[in-house]
Amino acid sequence: MKFILTSLLLLLPNTYATDDLKIENYRGKVVYIDFWASWCAPCKESFPWLNEVQKKYQAQGLVVIGVNVDREKAKADEFLKTTPAQFPIVYNPDGSMPKKFGVQGMPYAVIIDKTGKTIHTHIGFRGDKTKEYEHIIEGALK
Amino acid sequence: MKKWIALALAAWLFTGCASMGLDVGVEPWERELLSDEAMTFGSNPTRLGYEQHTYFSKEATSGGSGFSGGGCGCN
Repeated sequence: MKFILTSLLLLLPNTYATDDLKIENYRGKVVYIDFWASWCAPCKESFPWLNEVQKKYQAQGLVVIGVNVDREKAKADEFLKTTPAQFPIVYNPDGSMPKKFGVQGMPYAVIIDKTGKTIHTHIGFRGDKTKEYEHIIEGALK
Repeated sequence: MKKWIALALAAWLFTGCASMGLDVGVEPWERELLSDEAMTFGSNPTRLGYEQHTYFSKEATSGGSGFSGGGCGCN
């Protein structure tokens, strides 16, 4: 009996509890969802800019949410120690959210307008394109 | 009873992941282990780097071995 129970235990997904993010709660706000992981180098690059836009457009109604897809929370926490985030982080170790949003690469950004419609997505992060990203955010905030 | 459960479980385990209804292929958010340096071939990273450089210069192509960056395809 013990063998069976142990075997069943091994079959359980070895991830911790996943957070639930309800986009509906953010109606009236422009939401920037950033999918990131500790093992993703461009994600690290994007954080200072994400902090910056969060600060710059917060008053106008922008909400930046970082969705972490690491399987181990410790790795995400270690990343956040060296790369602090000044925006809320949602942990999604089971990958249900990137699946729902059809994430095609890491990092992946989704911009949702005030009505809840996805108006823009981009794969990866490029420092030379931040003006372009900001232009889209500004357009959505109007 | 115990024997039958154990047998059924064993039979199910022997099918591996094929019968679990899992998607085949690695999704972009699942590349954690693949992006690990330990997942590249070869024992000497410097030498491998040179070899790869020679290879993609000759073939006018890059990628396909290991991972660069976060898998966004932008190197």
